[in-house]
Order: sequence, then C-alpha cells, then structure tokens
Amino acid sequence: MALIQVENLTKNYVNEEVITSVLHGVSFNIEKGEFVAIMGPSGSGKSTLMHILSFLDRPTGGKYLFDGQDIKGFDDDYLAELRNSRVGFVFQSFNLLPRTTVLDNVSLPLIYSKNKNYGQAARKALEAVGLSHRLEYFTNQISGGEKQRVAIARALVNDPKIIFADEPTGNLDSKSGNTVMSILQKLNNEGRTIILVTHEMDTANHAKRIIRIRDGNIESDAAVEKRTIATDGKELIK
Amino acid sequence: MNFISTIKLVFRTLLARKGRSFLTILGIVIGVAGVITIIALGAGAQELVVGQVTKLGTDLLSVQPGKSDEKGPPSQIFGIVITTLTYEDAQAMRDTSRVPHAVAVNAQVRGQGTVTWQNRELDTYFTGTESNLPEMTTINANSGRFFDERESSGNSNVVVLGSYISEQLFGEAGVDPIGQVIKVKTNNSAGIPLRIIGVAEERGSAFFQNQDDQIYMPLEIAQKQLLGIRHLQMINIKVDAAENLENTRGDIKQLLMERHRIQKEVDADFTVRNLADAVELLSTITDALRLFLTSMAAVALVVGGIGILNIMMVTVAERTREIGLRKAVGATNVAIRNQFLFEAGTLTLLGGIIGIIVGVVISYLVTLLMIKLGYDWAFVVSPLSILLAVGVSILTGVVFGLYPAFKAAKLDPITALRYE
Repeated sequence: MALIQVENLTKNYVNEEVITSVLHGVSFNIEKGEFVAIMGPSGSGKSTLMHILSFLDRPTGGKYLFDGQDIKGFDDDYLAELRNSRVGFVFQSFNLLPRTTVLDNVSLPLIYSKNKNYGQAARKALEAVGLSHRLEYFTNQISGGEKQRVAIARALVNDPKIIFADEPTGNLDSKSGNTVMSILQKLNNEGRTIILVTHEMDTANHAKRIIRIRDGNIESDAAVEKRTIATDGKELIK
Repeated sequence: MNFISTIKLVFRTLLARKGRSFLTILGIVIGVAGVITIIALGAGAQELVVGQVTKLGTDLLSVQPGKSDEKGPPSQIFGIVITTLTYEDAQAMRDTSRVPHAVAVNAQVRGQGTVTWQNRELDTYFTGTESNLPEMTTINANSGRFFDERESSGNSNVVVLGSYISEQLFGEAGVDPIGQVIKVKTNNSAGIPLRIIGVAEERGSAFFQNQDDQIYMPLEIAQKQLLGIRHLQMINIKVDAAENLENTRGDIKQLLMERHRIQKEVDADFTVRNLADAVELLSTITDALRLFLTSMAAVALVVGGIGILNIMMVTVAERTREIGLRKAVGATNVAIRNQFLFEAGTLTLLGGIIGIIVGVVISYLVTLLMIKLGYDWAFVVSPLSILLAVGVSILTGVVFGLYPAFKAAKLDPITALRYE
C-alpha cells in the first residue's frame, strides 16, 4: 500500500464570493522511501498541493489517503498530531525562533509531542546534520546554511515518515544548498520519504521522481534519468 | 503540550523581552500596590481610631452644651458659646434616684494658656476638672499624685502636669517638678501661681490630641480665674455597664430638659454623646474613603488590563510566523491559546507580586512615619488583601488576555508562515 494516495484532488479558495480553483483534480501515489520533487512555476498550485499533503490544509474535493486512511475523517487536533509525529518541515526561510538556542529550536516539536520518551532526540538530530558543535548557539549567530541544517534537524527530531522541503535551497548559496541537498539525499537513503517542492530544475534533479504541476493539473510525472548526487559538504556528515 | 514546558516557554519568552514585559505590567503594579496600601492604611487608621476611643473609655457619656446632631461635630467647634450647662447640672446628675447607672460624674472646662517656670515659657492646654478624673479615664500619676477631693472643692492652687509639659519645663534643668510653682496666664488672667503636686504618666494621643501636652487643675481655678466663665464645657458620665448607656442617655436628657425648662427634645440646648457614636462616625468616614480609593485602584487595574490587552495584541501580531511554525510542528489551537493566556496571566501575576511588595513597603513606611508623629499606628497587612490582589491580577491577565489568545489560536498556519 502506498504511503500517500491522492485521487482527483481539488482545492478551491473562496475570496469575496469569487471562487479561485487552484487544483483541478490531481491523482498520484507516493510510496514509502521515495524522493519526489514537485515542480512548477509560481501559481501552479504546487505549494497548495504540498500544504494539503502535509496536513496544513484540507482539500475541497477528492480523496487523500495517508497510510491507507482518508484524512477527511480527521479533526484539526488529529491533523496537528500528524504534523507533529509523521511529517517534518523544511522551509525556504528557515523559520527558526529568534533569541533561542539551536538546541531549543530543534526541541520545539518535542514539546507538542505525545510521546515523551524523546531523551536525546534533539542532540541526535543535530548530530545527523553535523551541528553537534552549535548546540548552545543562538540562531542569529550561525550562517544561513547552518540555519537550514538546524531546520532539517528540527524536522527530524520526532522521527517522521516524510520530510516536506519547500524550496529548501532558495535562500542559500550554491555550496550551502549542496550541503542541504546531500543531507536530504542521505536521509532518503536511510529510508525516509522526501517530498521536495521547487521551481528549479537543478534542485529537482536531486530527487528520484519529478511531478510537474501547471495550472492546477499534473503535466508530467516521471522518474529522473540523470540524477544529481550532491557531494559537496558530504565530509560534514558523519 | 504539558504544563511545565508551557511555563518554561512562557518565562523564556518574557525574559527575552524584559523591558517591555516590565512596562506592560506597570499598570498592574500600580493598581495592586494601591489596593494593598489603601487596605493596609485603612485598617491601620481604623485600629488607631478604635484604640484612641477605647483609651478614653467606651463606657462614657459626654454632655456638651448646644444642640447638635449626636453623630455630628459639637457646636463648640464652630465657635458658638453656650453658657447654659452649669456645675449645678453636674451635681444633679449625681442624684442616683435620677440617673441610677452613673457611677461617676466629672465636670470639665478647657482652655489654652501659657505656663512659665523661671525663664521658661510654654503654650499649652489646661483642663479644669474635679478630683475624680482618674476614675473616668486612664490617667495615672507617674510621680506625685492627682489632686484630691479637698483640694478640688477648696480650689487649692495646685496643678498636675502632662508628661510632655513636665519634660519641656524641667527636663533640661533636672529639677524635680513636684513642689515647684508655675504661673499660668491666659487672655483673661495676668497669671496665677500653681504648685505642682503630680506628673501624669505618658498617655500618647487620644482622639487626635496629645494628652501629654496638658495640665490639670481644680475646676474653679480654671473656670473663674483663668477663663472668667461660670458655665461648663463638658460633663462626662461613667456608666456602670455598656448596656445601660442608652438608658442613662435618656435619663440625662430628661433631667437636663427639666432643669433647663425645655419642652421638646428638638429645642434642647445640650447634646449627650456616646463615644461609641464617635467611633461609628469615624468608621463611616474611613470606610467611605477606603471605598473611594479602592475604586480608584480598581480603575488603575482596569487600565493596566487594557495595557495587557494592547501589548498582547502587538505580541500576537509580531509573532505570527512563530505561531504558524508552532502549528506546523504540531501545536494544537488549544496549545497556542494556552501559551498566550499563560503569558498574559504570568505577566499580571508578576505585576501583582511586585505590586504587593511595593504596597507592603509603602504601608510600612507610612507606619514608621505615623509612629514617628506620635500615633499609635499598627502595621496591618491582611492576608485577605494579598490573596485578593493576587487573584484580581491573575484574573485581569486572563480576562484581557483572552481575546489576543483566541486570535492567536485561530491563525491559519499557512498564512501565518508566510506573514512578513
């Protein structure tokens, strides 16, 4: 059974009695362990799709089965729990808390977690992204690339099934971007499902499969033939 | 999200914004400090008043010339001189067939004069009275004695000094005042010599008059020689038991109306007062003042609460992205709401605690000041007022924090994450 099953998914926004249709019935499956890039120009609906897949938003129509369960029956609190325990987020603008240490930022999802046996989870997550030496730094004291790695550690801390990365390299220089992509590839190699949203071909080529969205429809859905393997910064990862 | 992590989170947030947090709670601090101080001072004042009155004795009735409201100020205060109350009236009250519950009757006149001893001169108050004054009130001779029946009715030229006067006249010279002769002058008298036979114990103040800045002499000396009057200014009656106060008041009224040939009570040219009435009057005044000041403090609390509301709205707007992020990583609406409610509650609780400390310190300083001024002021901070202040401040935070907290909880995570 596929981890994510989407059938004829639609999404409309109602704004001052004007209905804007963003997704007009998209269908696809994503298996456990895949590395999928969702590509498309701005306004194509790729972000809306990601928000629905990551339980931040609900579809207007169609079906979304997560792990075989229709999310239609889930209430808001259960969606919050799913966001907390099943998925991890990496944002373009990092979204770290200011005036807060790296360790506390990574620990943030833990305070909303039902599972209280997390022990060293935050330290382990930071180790996985090569930032064990920055635990007590404040988030304004580290570089952009390090910030995004903190964000990845935060996404990892509850050991989620899927990581959603929304333009994770958008605010980074190419070297830091490479490091971030190599970490995502490594996490994928370890068995985690990665869903990457981007409009850059170079970034998308790090994935194993690309779903192209245009005007709310799937334009193409194909495996990547010449996959880019990020090497830069690999030495940073233990 | 559990309770402890909420507390940790809130404290971290508040500490990161120390300056603003402090300014935010200033209104609450002032309001709570106000409430604590007012309640403490009110209690202190009440104890003082009750203490002062009890010092004079609560089983006393006091007859004063002139008609006035029994619970209002005596007419003498307004400078009206009424001469109809006489020593014969006092004598008539000693008739146990007319006033059965009176155990002692004491006639008094009072005035201001100047006492001199050698080259020392001092303005003071004098009381002309009878030898039974020590039975009426707590006046004890520290050295020497009070004048006796014979000296009183014989109009001997004797005097008993209040402790303050004694200290002022003789303290420096180191002379034993007993046996010394002082001269007392008034507007009506060029000065009459009086021999000191006693010095009273220190009494502090009673009814807001320094009882030690006084001298006591036989009634007629003061009445005829110093004041040049024939009437009395006050007759005090000690009643055998408190429950007979009202009966006796009626007996005295009837007796005096007969003696003064007055038909209707409204035409009476005297007033019979009970000291308990005075306590009641003063309590009414202090209660009204307290209520007024407390409502002012309540207004300060509400203003402080609006300050909290204001700053929490700003905080929620400023931290929109943070709220979005928290929701993205799994915070439920309830968790977000609790976080902000808790933040507002903690702010106001802190304000309340600081306010209590400030209020207690102010009350204590006032107590010190009052003691220095010679009042028998008690430092009273009731646990109830502290409990009230803490409760009200937390409540203020929660009430005024509710709207911002709900606003934060209802934010859409996607919009919040995109918020710039």
